[in-house]
Amino acid sequence: MAWIVRYLWLIPVLPAAAAAIIALLKQSRRRLAATLAIGSLGLSLLLALIAFAHTLAHPALEYANHNWLQFGAEWIRFGWLLDPLTAVMLVMVTFVALLIFIYSLGYMAHDPNFTRFFCFLALFAGAMLGVVIANNLMLLFMCWEVVGLTSYLLIGFWFHKPEAAKAAKKAFIVTRIGDLGLFLGMMWLYGASGTLLFYDGGAGCLEHTAVAAMAAHGVALGLTASSAIGLLIFCGAAGKSGQVPLHVWLPDAMEGPTPVSALIHAATMVAAGVFLIARMYPLMAATTGGGPSSALEVIAWVGAITALLAAFIAVGQNDIKRILAYSTVSQLGYMMLGLAVGGVAVGMFHLITHAFFKALLFLGAGSIIHGCSEEQDIRYMGGLRKLMPITFATYAIAMLALCGFPLFAGFWSKDEILHSAHLWSISSGPFYLGAVGAFLTAFYMTRQVCYVFFGPRRPAPRTASKPVHESPATMTWPLIILSIFAALLGFVGTPAWPWFQSFLEGRSLALNFGAFTGGMISLMVISSIIVIAGIAIGWWLYGSRPITRAEDPDALERVQPQFFRALGQRLYIDEFYDLSVIAFSRLCARLFQWADRWVWNGAVQLVAWSTRIVSHFDSLVDAHAINAGFDGGSTGLAQGGRLISRFQNGRAQNYLRVLGVALVVLAVILFWSHAG
Amino acid sequence: MNHFPWLSILTLVPIVGACLALLAGKRRGPARAIAAASALVSLAITIYLWTAFNTASGTMQFQELHAWMPALGVEYHLAIDGLGLLMVVLSAIVVLISIAASWSRNEHGGLYFAMVLFLQAGLFGTFTALNFIHWFFFWELSLIPAFLLIRLWGGAARARAANQFFIYTMVGSVALLLAFLALYLATGRFDFLDLAQLSQQGQLAPALAQNLHWGGLSGGGIAACIFWAAFVGFAVKVPILPLHTWLPSAYAEAPSGTTILLTGAMSKMGLYGLLRVLVPIFPQQMQHALTLLLWLAVASIVWSALVAWIQTDIKRMFAYSSINHLGYCTLGIFVVLKLPGDQINRAAAMNGVFLQMFNHALTSSMLFWFVAMLEKRSGGLHGLNDFGGLRKVVPVLCGTMGIAVFSSLGLPGLNGFPGEFLIFKGVFPLVPWAASVSLLGLLFTAVFFLVFLERVFYGPVNQRWAAMPDLSLGERLALAPVIGLMFVLGFYPQLIVGAMNSTVMQILSQVRF
Repeated sequence: MAWIVRYLWLIPVLPAAAAAIIALLKQSRRRLAATLAIGSLGLSLLLALIAFAHTLAHPALEYANHNWLQFGAEWIRFGWLLDPLTAVMLVMVTFVALLIFIYSLGYMAHDPNFTRFFCFLALFAGAMLGVVIANNLMLLFMCWEVVGLTSYLLIGFWFHKPEAAKAAKKAFIVTRIGDLGLFLGMMWLYGASGTLLFYDGGAGCLEHTAVAAMAAHGVALGLTASSAIGLLIFCGAAGKSGQVPLHVWLPDAMEGPTPVSALIHAATMVAAGVFLIARMYPLMAATTGGGPSSALEVIAWVGAITALLAAFIAVGQNDIKRILAYSTVSQLGYMMLGLAVGGVAVGMFHLITHAFFKALLFLGAGSIIHGCSEEQDIRYMGGLRKLMPITFATYAIAMLALCGFPLFAGFWSKDEILHSAHLWSISSGPFYLGAVGAFLTAFYMTRQVCYVFFGPRRPAPRTASKPVHESPATMTWPLIILSIFAALLGFVGTPAWPWFQSFLEGRSLALNFGAFTGGMISLMVISSIIVIAGIAIGWWLYGSRPITRAEDPDALERVQPQFFRALGQRLYIDEFYDLSVIAFSRLCARLFQWADRWVWNGAVQLVAWSTRIVSHFDSLVDAHAINAGFDGGSTGLAQGGRLISRFQNGRAQNYLRVLGVALVVLAVILFWSHAG
Repeated sequence: MNHFPWLSILTLVPIVGACLALLAGKRRGPARAIAAASALVSLAITIYLWTAFNTASGTMQFQELHAWMPALGVEYHLAIDGLGLLMVVLSAIVVLISIAASWSRNEHGGLYFAMVLFLQAGLFGTFTALNFIHWFFFWELSLIPAFLLIRLWGGAARARAANQFFIYTMVGSVALLLAFLALYLATGRFDFLDLAQLSQQGQLAPALAQNLHWGGLSGGGIAACIFWAAFVGFAVKVPILPLHTWLPSAYAEAPSGTTILLTGAMSKMGLYGLLRVLVPIFPQQMQHALTLLLWLAVASIVWSALVAWIQTDIKRMFAYSSINHLGYCTLGIFVVLKLPGDQINRAAAMNGVFLQMFNHALTSSMLFWFVAMLEKRSGGLHGLNDFGGLRKVVPVLCGTMGIAVFSSLGLPGLNGFPGEFLIFKGVFPLVPWAASVSLLGLLFTAVFFLVFLERVFYGPVNQRWAAMPDLSLGERLALAPVIGLMFVLGFYPQLIVGAMNSTVMQILSQVRF
């Protein structure tokens, strides 16, 4: 085993250890805290690059397993693995995280809890990297939950704001709902395959023997065991990756500091769900015959619906970060769709490109918010093109990449998803949903860019007196570096030179322009037309006539006020949950509490009182019987009696007398029946 | 063969300590010093026992066996297996935490600390005695100090809470006593191990049928009656739904130091009874009633988590949380009686139960310790809405309490998770529906703990507490080892499981059908 595989665990452990040390530091040790976090992550990036280089030379999967916990004769074994999927994720996570750590130096410079911020960030990085290298679903789940914790802590970082505290709670609970599905799936998988190790020399739960057995085993509703387990695991992925109907937490999570939104709620953590499906793909895709498994069918539909629905809602938002948040939800839907219809490489390609351009968008938004004195409402921005030129240029690149403008990164990865969806054998529905979503993506991003960067500046009274400034170098350099990737990264996975796809799938690679077949070219043309149409209509509505006053109604609002308002209110999905699931749970809780007080406790009180009445009636008679029968036969009884008689205290006295009498009577009956 | 009487000494130490503490009278300083010294000696002895314990064997160790009242079948029989070992260690830790939590309460004098130590003696006696009469003596002995602690030092509604607690547990004790008297009359035995052996050899039901004539009931019927009587005795103590209604008011009204004893150690007496008495002696009866028992466990889990959610008193909320966490233990215990099922899943569930017992003791004690700290700083308040924004004012207190909270809601990396994982790992293949429904408990546990954090720690600072002092150096030093243990057990639960595994296999081997 190569040393990089043997020491792969260092990649997550370094930042986690840094977090532990920072946790014990005084709040005033800001420089040391930041140095530790950035330094440890830099080392992790170095190791990740070495691991990546190793997989380039040896693409075969390698792993190391160790005993952890025993029950009976069995051991739960933990381990880590290195394969192209892991290597790509490792590099992406460490690289993006490092840039965002550096960016945070500037962004959080004035925050009194700077030290704690870096502690949580480093812990997040450690846990996320743990998810990536785990060779055991339980270990993955453990890191996954810690990732959820750091997300909770960072969303609620400004916990004195009640909205932030609420958003953090909501994020944790909604993702936990999904995680319970994952937990159940994990238990089932454990029971069905006898192990949670992914790879273990042929005995792992993702290896042929176990998967084939689960695929052949039918359970209820026409599902095979593998698909049923796969769908339960998908619940966890849907929670983490904000798929409908569990997407409601992600937009609220924007209450956290913007670097957090960029790192956790755009680039890495929310992609963990997609990664999980990619990791579990042998199980997800398992069928006995050909064709897609029922698990993948469900994932495809959920992904497509999420992609469209979130894109719709994004159109009606005015908060710069919320627009991006719904965009993230929508793009995660595309990734799920890509995984389901096209395989691991298709979904993962979009995950990687998205990580770069969406992190860039969020960091750009952070730069804007920072420059505009914490203003987040796009209606009160405007005209920033000239005031923040670097931010504008990089933001524009990221926006084009997200829209899927030809040749930018998102173009190649999204196009591949649509192409695969077009060829999907089950239904063409997801393709059309995805295509409409692509149009909307171009539209809402154009709307946002027009509002923010074009037209005159429209500051809110609160911020009118404060000048707008470009951000410091610690913030702009990460933007510039990311924008290079947002523009060019797509070229590692074009149809002519699908390096990324062949790397992930371990195929050999050749440059082949013949891959641009007629069907593919026509689809590319169509999707380009869709994107350009979205941008053009957006520009026509928002850019061609500059928006002069923040109070003016939105261009769409003038045409369709009710629909626009529903979009602005996120289609009332939160309200629906409040009135259904949450109200029902509260009702149950109240009912149970009422039963505790009146039914159970009432019954106890009733018994106590009736015993008391009966005993008063009988006491004289029984006292004689007791004296007669109490011939020192039982030490135990004497002990009981002594204890009882010694502690007659308050109201207990009455009850105890009753109990003593009842006890003795019963004992007498026992002896009597024994004698008889 | 008699071992050096470590176990007798273990029980004797707190009794001596209690008498010394009584001598201190109202002087708090000497009394608490004596109590702490005594508890530390006890902890040292239990740690010695842990190191000297042969973990490769699941049989009884450190045995002391002397004739006592031969005519009545009463022997002085002390010994521990892994279960007893775990129980004495956790009792020692919990009592120490309890003393730490009561450290600076002004009204706590010699009598208070003497009661705590008497209770500890009761715990040690209960967890080491193997003869019913001897065991029952200590079982009852622990009840009296607990009652007095609530009655004399509790909150406003302490009288009612103490009485309810006493009556409930007394009814349970009476049921237990009657059950064992009946067993004694039929078999002439009071020894747990003897009775278990009889049961495994299939001689218990015939003996009952032959020697007891209860209105024409068969041996099996009589055994079932006895089983249910004993079950009530233990179920009250754990508690299992619907015998739990004494618990919230007792936990809420008791001083927090006492609540720590109730939840950390005394609740384990009930579970210990289930494991030591009911599972080995009444496996058939439990199996007949399995569906009902599983429903009771599942109901305890889900019901209490939901009710905890709408509490407005922190202590009541944590009290319901305690019922919820113990529900996982009872679920794991009951499920090993499921037929058919393979031994691996049983072992997983049972190891999980052992872990969960220890971790619940640790975590719930910690939670109430933190409540004690909040009470100390706020003049005795423990309402959910009495605070707000505390994390800004007392960040270290909130951070460390946050660790305990997340441990309790089962965050991986902390001690709560591995036990729950193993229990579910065992339960799911054996009884899928019970595991699935119980997941709701995991969900609502997260919900109510996050509500707690939001109300008490987050949001704008309640100006009333703007000057609240953060943890003192002494408090930090006292907390550090326990917090450290929570992390250690989160990362390395094998520390406990490795010592328990043989005992678990031994207990499982006794469950024959």
